[in-house]
Amino acid sequence: MSTPSTRPRLAALLGRQPLGMAFAAPYAAFLAVVFAYPLGLAVWISFHDYFFAAPGAEVERPFVGLANYQAVLSDPDVRESFGNVLVFLVINVPLTVVLALVLAAALNGAVRGRSFLRVSYYLPYVTASVALVGVWLFLFSSGGMVNSVLGPLSPTPSWLVNETLAMPLIAVFVTWKQLGFFILIYLAALQNVPRELYESAATDGAAKVKQFWHVTVPGVRPATMLVVILATITGANLFTEPYLLTNGGGPNGASTSPVLLMYQKGIEQGNPDTAAAIGVVLVIGVLLISLVNRRLLERD
Amino acid sequence: MTSRARSVLRHLLLYVGALAFLFPFYYMVVGSLQEEPDTSVTGAFPTGGLTLENYRQINERVDLVGSLVNSGIFTGGVLLATVLFGILAGYALARLHWRGQGTLFAAMLLVQIIPFQLLIIPIYVMVVRTYGLADTHLGMILPFAINSTAVFIFRQFFLQLPEELFMAARIDGAGELRILWNIALPLVRPALLTAILVTFIGPWNEFLWPFLVTKDADLQPLAVSLANYMSNVAARASNPYGAILAGAVVLAAPAAALFVAFQKRFTASELGSGVKG
Repeated sequence: MSTPSTRPRLAALLGRQPLGMAFAAPYAAFLAVVFAYPLGLAVWISFHDYFFAAPGAEVERPFVGLANYQAVLSDPDVRESFGNVLVFLVINVPLTVVLALVLAAALNGAVRGRSFLRVSYYLPYVTASVALVGVWLFLFSSGGMVNSVLGPLSPTPSWLVNETLAMPLIAVFVTWKQLGFFILIYLAALQNVPRELYESAATDGAAKVKQFWHVTVPGVRPATMLVVILATITGANLFTEPYLLTNGGGPNGASTSPVLLMYQKGIEQGNPDTAAAIGVVLVIGVLLISLVNRRLLERD
Repeated sequence: MTSRARSVLRHLLLYVGALAFLFPFYYMVVGSLQEEPDTSVTGAFPTGGLTLENYRQINERVDLVGSLVNSGIFTGGVLLATVLFGILAGYALARLHWRGQGTLFAAMLLVQIIPFQLLIIPIYVMVVRTYGLADTHLGMILPFAINSTAVFIFRQFFLQLPEELFMAARIDGAGELRILWNIALPLVRPALLTAILVTFIGPWNEFLWPFLVTKDADLQPLAVSLANYMSNVAARASNPYGAILAGAVVLAAPAAALFVAFQKRFTASELGSGVKG
């Protein structure tokens, strides 16, 4: 099909094994349809007066500039939800990094029953949020086991209906649920810290702590960056927990997340344009936080 | 501190931690078997009065078998598409040279950090409003069809195979599909299991997307029907927590069992090449 003279030209155009394109085509098409196009559509919707219409109906959706963004940013509910996510991140991200690293480091040494321990830590990660929320509801309801253990020390109003405690409790729930995945990332990273660095250090108790700070922590810094970014994204995606655990972001919107608002405004109330604007603002926020974290973690 | 004391301390830390991780699972099972919700500490260690009544109750409100079938179809569809197209894409990315290879690789990494929830509105518009796929299994599967992490795992494993193997097969005149099927695939079988495990927990546990596309209870996967029960009708059951927890056990059991059985495939070294970057 190809003469010797056309072959190099074709190879320059399509690569040495153009069959690779055919192999990768379904996946490339999938990414285009499910990520690239919706990403563009999200931005487009956020700049237009967009509403749902019957399939095939011709409707006008005029360009409205920044009007949706104005509406979103001046909406106290939206502001509160972004504040809630900040509370979430301030608790969840540091807790995740510290617990995951300490547990991974402990798990990385000589440990009896490692398989059992690993399964225990990964189990919440592989289990559906909906199922786990069921148990937490039972544990933290006003007459639940946590309060019956705490007795007179239990908070009033109880955890899930307490404006100050609802969001922190969700942050702890998500830390617990996701920790196994982050332990896994740290375990992989720990394999890459050169053994010699440990061996050259002394082995008495005080030196061990020093060693953790001066060898382990810097050694896994790229993994820490990944953990921080992924935990931030998980936090920005928060939906199931406020929807089910605190009965739709309650009390009084104290645990509403932006994605929950996107659902309520976009789909329940039929304003996809404002919902899309919330989404775009959310992503810009995540990008900014990731950049700042990167700067902070890359220093020195 | 002696090294022995340190070892004891390390084990103490790890086992106390494991207890905090396992207790809610234990409590889920106990709570699902209690006749009356008993939230006292002794109630967590019952000596009698256990019943399967809660499972009967939840099955009355939520069609457990039907929901499990829907979860199975959703998850199965995603697994099928991921294994079929993911292997092809992973092989092309790892072992073939073609135009656009670098771009697709970058795109594959990029989509793993795009928050899916941002896309929920446009994807909802496309799937439900434009293509009219609300209340269909296809609409449920579509946005999850090919798991990018699995594609990445496939690529990493194909990349580790020696190039001579492929050169020799090509000199013998074998086509790429033959090489992929007969030579490369048998060598990366462990990757297949790892990728299947990673992919499985996505759709099986997913709540938001199937919740948006399925309003028809007959099509809802268990995560959605259980969540609806939790937020709507729990008040009507005689022991709402017991019924919720019974549903939770049914939802959690398949993923947990699969994972415990194959936990060796879910280790740092198996996924390591994936997260080392």
